[in-house]
Amino acid sequence: MIRIVLPAHLRTLAALTGEVELDVAPPVTPSSVLDALEATHPVLRGTIRDRTTGRRRPFVRFFAEGEDLSHGPMDAALPDAVAAGTEPFCIIGAMAGG
Amino acid sequence: MASGGIRVLVGTRKGAFILTSDEARGRWDVAGPWFGGWEIYHVTGSPVNPDRLYASQSTGWFGQLIQRSDDGGGTWSPVGNDFSYDGETGTHQWYDGTPHPWEFARVWHLEPSPSDPETVFAGVEDAALFVSRDGGQGWSELPALRNHESGPSWQPGAGGMCLHTVMIDPTNVDRMFAAISAAGVFRTGDGGSTWEPANRGLHSEGIPDPNAEVGHCVHRLAMHPTRPDVLFMQKHWDVMRSDDGGDSWREISGDLPTDFGFAIEVHSHEPETVFVVPITSDSQHYPPDGKLRVYRSRSGGNEWEPLTRGLPQANCYVNVLRDAMAVDVMDPCGVYFGTTGGQVYASADGGDSWDAIVRDLPAVLSIEVQTLT
Repeated sequence: MIRIVLPAHLRTLAALTGEVELDVAPPVTPSSVLDALEATHPVLRGTIRDRTTGRRRPFVRFFAEGEDLSHGPMDAALPDAVAAGTEPFCIIGAMAGG
Repeated sequence: MASGGIRVLVGTRKGAFILTSDEARGRWDVAGPWFGGWEIYHVTGSPVNPDRLYASQSTGWFGQLIQRSDDGGGTWSPVGNDFSYDGETGTHQWYDGTPHPWEFARVWHLEPSPSDPETVFAGVEDAALFVSRDGGQGWSELPALRNHESGPSWQPGAGGMCLHTVMIDPTNVDRMFAAISAAGVFRTGDGGSTWEPANRGLHSEGIPDPNAEVGHCVHRLAMHPTRPDVLFMQKHWDVMRSDDGGDSWREISGDLPTDFGFAIEVHSHEPETVFVVPITSDSQHYPPDGKLRVYRSRSGGNEWEPLTRGLPQANCYVNVLRDAMAVDVMDPCGVYFGTTGGQVYASADGGDSWDAIVRDLPAVLSIEVQTLT
């Protein structure tokens, strides 16, 4: 079971409270986690990844175990603790804006 | 559900609001925000089914969503947000004159069909026109506009290369006008299969050929529904008029204190009565002399009178954006506009006097008015 932390605006949009828990078949990567998240909550399509290019939106970041994974390959394996569900995969709205 | 009265739909920088009143238009209820924290470029309703509302919701963080309500704004549900351009997108000009690929940024304007509650058009940045025929669930581009031969020469205005105005001839829904900053007006007579520029007579000093067929920074168009060949325009500079459906334009700025501005609207019962809000200049986006004045022409342009009663006449430095003015169809006609300072002003007497319905909203991006029966 993968644990996903979403920013508040996306929790509101998807009518969620707290963390999201999803079964994700290996390999557990940013892409496979987001594919599973969007399949379960279609309203999130386009809010994390651009609908046309599939790229991470510029003001969205991916954190896990205190590391910024945003700039790594989308098909790179996430840390074992994320894959095991002991640590969450955090989707963050960048600290910007007004 | 719709019942008699007025419903003002307000899009702001940080959410949507709905202001309601009975037909007297003296006391208002303010509800919202919906989608708090999101930019709501436009909220509007179907002329066929006024309880069918659409909202364009976006942020720089999480992109574009479209929300739909089927109960007059009581509840909302997200619908489709896939605005993928049709085929190869090519390039337009960037601010520095270099080619730049077409990239979807946001929906500026939603225009529901006057005849079908399931059909709604979306004007987007980078400039293109999309249509949904299933109430916003699925969107497809009408690509002939973006693929017009002049497309590679289009350049963004300061706010982005947006298709911000869509006007549909209520007597012939296949006849539409679209306006793009900074390309100009395009029109179709076949429901969007083919488009032609409609900018003859426009003169813009800020472009290499001031009389070019394409390249003008048109800010807004307006039309009275009974006279679809008479068009009014607030251009970057200049207030313009066409009496031949866009074949040609002539200037009607007349005695305005400045002819820069964004919003323009036509009185609901007097097709020759037009409202604008003059703004000082393109670098000073506030009213001249700190006085917020709507100007009204009862002669279709050229002669304008300032409307000041109830509007601040000192120390006012707000702007009124292009989609932030609308009229109701009551008698007398109600006129409404919102400001970047968060005020929504209403006149229940055709502009003679004004009151603020609400004063402290986030910056107002759009105003639409529904007259409910």
